[in-house]
Amino acid sequence: MQYSPNELLICLAARMMEDNSTAFIGTGIPMLAASLAQKLYSPNLVPVFEFGGTGAILEKLPLAVGDMRTFNKALHASGICDIMETAQRGIIEYGFLGGAQIDCYGNLNSTVIGSQSKPKVRLPGSGGANDVGSHCWKTIILMQHDTRRFMPKIDFVTTPGFLTGPGAREKAGLPKETGPYRVVTTLAVMDFEPKSKRMRLIATNPGVTVGDVVKNTGFELLMAEKIQRNEPPQEKELHALRDEIDKDRLYI
Amino acid sequence: MSDSGTYELIQPFDLEDFRAHNRKKTKALTSKLMSESDAVSRFIKDGDYIGIELYGTVRCPMSITREIIRQRFKRLRMAGQGVLEIDMMAAANCIKALDWTYIGLEVYGVSNSMRRGVESGYIEKVVEWSNAAIAWRFKAAAMGVPFLPTRSMLGTDTFKYSSAKSINCPFTGKKVCLLPALILDTGIIHVNRADKYGNCQIDGISGFAAEMSRASKNLIISAEEIIDTDEIRKAPEKTIIPYYLVDAVVHAPFGSHPGEMVNCYERDEKHLKMYFEAAKSEETVKTYLDKWVYGMKNNEEYLNAIFPK
Repeated sequence: MQYSPNELLICLAARMMEDNSTAFIGTGIPMLAASLAQKLYSPNLVPVFEFGGTGAILEKLPLAVGDMRTFNKALHASGICDIMETAQRGIIEYGFLGGAQIDCYGNLNSTVIGSQSKPKVRLPGSGGANDVGSHCWKTIILMQHDTRRFMPKIDFVTTPGFLTGPGAREKAGLPKETGPYRVVTTLAVMDFEPKSKRMRLIATNPGVTVGDVVKNTGFELLMAEKIQRNEPPQEKELHALRDEIDKDRLYI
Repeated sequence: MSDSGTYELIQPFDLEDFRAHNRKKTKALTSKLMSESDAVSRFIKDGDYIGIELYGTVRCPMSITREIIRQRFKRLRMAGQGVLEIDMMAAANCIKALDWTYIGLEVYGVSNSMRRGVESGYIEKVVEWSNAAIAWRFKAAAMGVPFLPTRSMLGTDTFKYSSAKSINCPFTGKKVCLLPALILDTGIIHVNRADKYGNCQIDGISGFAAEMSRASKNLIISAEEIIDTDEIRKAPEKTIIPYYLVDAVVHAPFGSHPGEMVNCYERDEKHLKMYFEAAKSEETVKTYLDKWVYGMKNNEEYLNAIFPK
């Protein structure tokens, strides 16, 4: 079956969402992935939305992180302080994030292209991203993959990855054993090599070569010993996405 | 080792002044019902620092936002966590300085009006924060304390371009980020129900209404429904904002339109798309504002145009 790069990204992310775990869900692709995961793989996934929704059943796709679908048949409707404090206490396992630029340590920029005081392009800003990247145990980053986004030096560190390398998060005061866990892109899946905390290729998407990934990455990518191949979207995934989750084609 | 964000506070705080102000506010049960035009002209002055809760497409005081634009403020300072409402205010050149966390259009991408405002230099100062940081800054003010220690923003440019500070915790020695209290001149919140004195109920998630209402020197409430105080007294646990915080109560049915209001109405996707399309250029957004904001006397007239009989 034919599928779009976004559909593949959503399926890869959905397959990573773990049953009976808490996941901080931001606008866009993470919402679709969480909906898909609840339908097919992880019915007891607990989506957490920053403005107060916890444990919603995602029957209709949320369009905003505070809309009523984020607490549809939910277990708890509170507010942003409660949610962020819950993350700060260590209760939220996964955080799903996007960004305009990323570097080899998984630091993310969603604030500005150019300088902060005289921007070339002003982007939407941190929102909850900095908090998610600071407090969740494992963050999973979802991005388009090209050299304009995978850069040796990003214009602004909005959200902390491993900052400048091993030990930097702890030194900055961030909670220990936290940080980026996977980077899922339109081309591949990366993790972070435990010693150097640098991004490492672990799997390629269907039809993508290791060379394609390297060519589209603006920094040196470490290589896992064995590079896996990701499965393409399956019919049941595409059916759920197209005919149930995003019927209006807002994202796919 | 201590460290500081680059920027001075856009809104320096004075807790003694805040306490004195809060002491002076009436504790009598007096009706605060008034028109949106009176609420805005009495409780907002140009140059004031204001905050709006929740945001753009969700339980947002859009009828009050349109009134602010109609009254042609030019130098407002704001805590910006916004979508439609801040995009619209930027398009109308109401804003000069912002404590910025997220301003975008969610599904519909970046806020073009904010881009024009910032990239042209009309908006003179932008200070960065995270969403939790802004909410916790309100919480610090709500607690009546000068700052809250947290573990957000550390190690990043978000910290560097903020007005936060970091110190080593006096108990553990580990680094913490100190978020300064944010006291608003005026807060504006849309709720499901309020009585005429300003006791407010909100259905579903409460965003940062509890914290922001307590961090505001003046507070304008718009409500879908005005209810009797007996209803408030039957379920006082539902009062998320008590009357003594409130200065103005405006009856605003469909007050969040084109955004949604839980238990009342869904968002008006068609109108939102029309606005976001218009907001792509200065000329087209002006046409929108001329028709839907400046061209309407008040919320009633707006609603008659949105829902023609």
